[in-house]
Parts: sequence; structure tokens; C-alpha cells
Amino acid sequence: MKDLAEQPRDLDGNPVTPGLPMAMLAEVTHRCPLACPYCSNPVELVRAQSEISADDWGRVFRQAADLGVLQVHISGGEPGARRDLAQIVAHARDAGLYVNLITSGIGITRERLEELDRAGVDHVQLSLQGIRPDMADRISGHPGSWDKKMGFADWVTEIGFPLTINAVVHRQNMERLPDMLDLAERLGARRIEVATVQFHGWADLNRAALMPTREQAAFARQVVNDARVRLRGRMVIDFVPADHHAVYPKACMGGWGSTGLNVGPDGTVLPCHAAQSITWMQFENAQQRSLSDIWHLSDSFNAFRGTSWMPEPCASCERKTVDFGGCRCQAMALAGDARATDPVCSKSPLRAQVVARAEEDAAATTADFIYRRMKKGG
Amino acid sequence: MTPLIEAHDVPYLPRGVRLQGDRVRGIRVLQAPERAMQLDQIGEAILSELDGRRSMEAIVAGLAVRYKAPADQIAGDVRDFLSGLIERRMVFVKDTA
Repeated sequence: MKDLAEQPRDLDGNPVTPGLPMAMLAEVTHRCPLACPYCSNPVELVRAQSEISADDWGRVFRQAADLGVLQVHISGGEPGARRDLAQIVAHARDAGLYVNLITSGIGITRERLEELDRAGVDHVQLSLQGIRPDMADRISGHPGSWDKKMGFADWVTEIGFPLTINAVVHRQNMERLPDMLDLAERLGARRIEVATVQFHGWADLNRAALMPTREQAAFARQVVNDARVRLRGRMVIDFVPADHHAVYPKACMGGWGSTGLNVGPDGTVLPCHAAQSITWMQFENAQQRSLSDIWHLSDSFNAFRGTSWMPEPCASCERKTVDFGGCRCQAMALAGDARATDPVCSKSPLRAQVVARAEEDAAATTADFIYRRMKKGG
Repeated sequence: MTPLIEAHDVPYLPRGVRLQGDRVRGIRVLQAPERAMQLDQIGEAILSELDGRRSMEAIVAGLAVRYKAPADQIAGDVRDFLSGLIERRMVFVKDTA
């Protein structure tokens, strides 16, 4: 018998039916040697002293596996900033999860990478900020990052891990996308993820320096389409286009609270990594409540489940189960209302305004960044 | 689309790709970088045959005997299924040249 009070409901009180998550992003630390101005971490970063322990992660991983999670993405910050990373990885494998390690490659020595191999890392994803030292080091705010990354990539292939290159593209590096694809191929990557900067958090602070032009967005699309044909069977290309220039919004997270969850360095459990930008929303912590309860019963996960919460034009849109109204965090950032239709959608009343602002940012002449760094002290 | 595998090629699951049971959903999945793919019985039967030694041709012959089905028909299914996975880099083909 189900307690009526425990019927999951969306933010309007409509009953919803939670599914099961497939993937979990584990941001094991926010510490990072890089300072990329589009970092997906929240602007308010979690400090080292608030990080949960490797054993805590072990408990979270076991709960995640019991809940249906098949893959964990161990990320940060730079996960290598945790000295106990191998222990965290071993806990994830012991729980039966497939382990993707998402790293900048900075701060992990060859010996540590071998240790991570023994601990059970299944797949390594290496971030790429640009091509060649001048560009990569300036964008990452870390002198020497390029050389270290290239050395790291060699170790990855020598040890034999499958490699994915994560290339983040924006106005200041989009012209070099063909070189990034060539590099990934040369490094023997099985996959490359080409992700246009998403304008949340840090990236939103740097809109004027990062927003691609419409021509660049079209160029990137063409380069990817051509490369997919040329590299068929040799390298997979996943592409996140510039949605400010698209007709429909991205189906963020494949629907809120539907297939994935994110656990932060202090154990905070989020429906997506940017969810804390929805400032009125309360989030729960895996240190206080089981992951299963948080997934099935918490207000945050249930808020935007299903389609009943949707306003117009989403409510009567035939795409409402395709893109789920788009990104809630983008609605918050651009419309000031997390439940609004994603303002990048061509059906949104705010669309014209969003495009005008994007064009204005894209035409800006500034190249200067506000780098992602922890505030001093505290 | 041209198939990405010929009869004499030897297909195998590369490092980072494995068959696994999903105890929560009660299904079999193919785990790969950033992907977990649900397998039906046919998919699982094919992938269970990949041992890194036998060619696609030999695998098809084995399946035809086991499932008492015409090899021609099985050959098409196996080639299409494996081509799809090769395209996604979830199955590799051994260089036998």
C-alpha cells in the first residue's frame, strides 16, 4: 500500500510517475588547476573541506546502482585533485557501475593513471580548450596546459583506455574545429564530443567574449556533418549545437528527472549540474537521505517531471515529449522563470529578444575572460 | 550505406565495451563509453559469439545451426547489427590482412 502523502507530484501538485535513472554525474570536487571561463560548475564553488569522503561516495554509488544507474561519470572540477580518486573509482566499479573519467589531464601523473587503470576506469574523456599552446593555455588560464594534455593523451592510449576528446567550442576557437577533429583522430580517439558553450553560470558571465556568431554556428554544423561522413566507422562525433541559433531548444537531460542525476562534491543531489541556478529550488543531500528517496520523492526531482506543469506554448505543442520544453535553467536565466518555455525556442514570445541579445554579444569585440576561480579565503 | 564488415572479418568487443546484466530492469545491456544499450535476445546471441578469433562468416554458420535458420538470412541480420555497432565504435574489426 502506498502512502498517499508519498505520491510524487510536480510543482503544481499533479501526480507524476518517476522512471529510473541510467547515468549519474559525480562531481567529486570543484577544485581544478584550470580556470575555463565557461566552466559548468556553479559560480558558488564547493570548497575542499566540504567534500564527502571516498567511502561516502562508495555508499552513494551502491545506492545509485540499486536505483538503476548503469554508468557514472566521475568529473569535477578536476577529479585528479582528489588524492583518493583511485579509491573512489574502485568503489564505483565494486558497485557494478561503468566508470567514465572526465578529466583535464592536468595533475594526473603516468603512475596515477596506471593506478586508475587498476582501480577500474573503463573510459577516459579528456577536455580540449583549443589547439596549440597559445590558444589552449589562454582559454584554460593555465600556462603549460597544452603540453601536459598532449602527454596525458599519449599515456591514455599507451595504457589502452578508450579515449574521448571533449572539445568545447565558442567564438574564440570555433574556426579551429577542423583542427580539433584532426587532433582527436591523430590521438586515436574513438569519440569526440563537440559542445558549443552553454550559457549558464560562468559562461553567462562571459557571454560577450564567448557567444558564437550565426555564421560560426552554421560553420560548425557543416564541419560536423562533413566529418561524420568522412570518419564513419572510425570516430563518433557527438555534437551540441549553439542553441541560441536553433529552431527548437535542446531536450535538456532528456527530460527533467527522467534519466540522469548529478551529485556534487558535498553530496548535494541535483537533477542537472546547473540546477542551482534555479535559486528558489531546494535540493537534498545524499548524506542525509537515500538517493532512492531523493530520486522518487523530492520536490526538486518531481518539480518538472511529466508534462502537466508546462505552460503554453509548450502545453499544446506536439514536441512537448520530444524536447520537454527545453532547458529549465535556461528558462530561469533568460526569462527569469524556470517553468517558462525555453526562450531559445522559436515558439517562445521571448525568442526575438534572445536572438537580438545573442547577436549583440556575438558582435562584441572583447576577448577578455572572467576566469573561473575560487574566491580567496572563507 | 556500405556495410562496415565483410564475411571474413573478425569482429570483437574492444576494451571499454562489455556485456552486462542490468539487475534492476532485468535486461542485458552493452556497456560502452558514454552509452548503455539495451540488447534484445538476437543482439545478445550475436554479441556472445564474438571471441576475437572467429570471422563473421563462422559466427553466422554457428548461429544458423544453433537456431535452425537459413544462414543467408542470419548473415544479413548479423552484418547489419554489427555494422551499426562498428559505426558507433562499440565493435571493432580485427585487421586480418
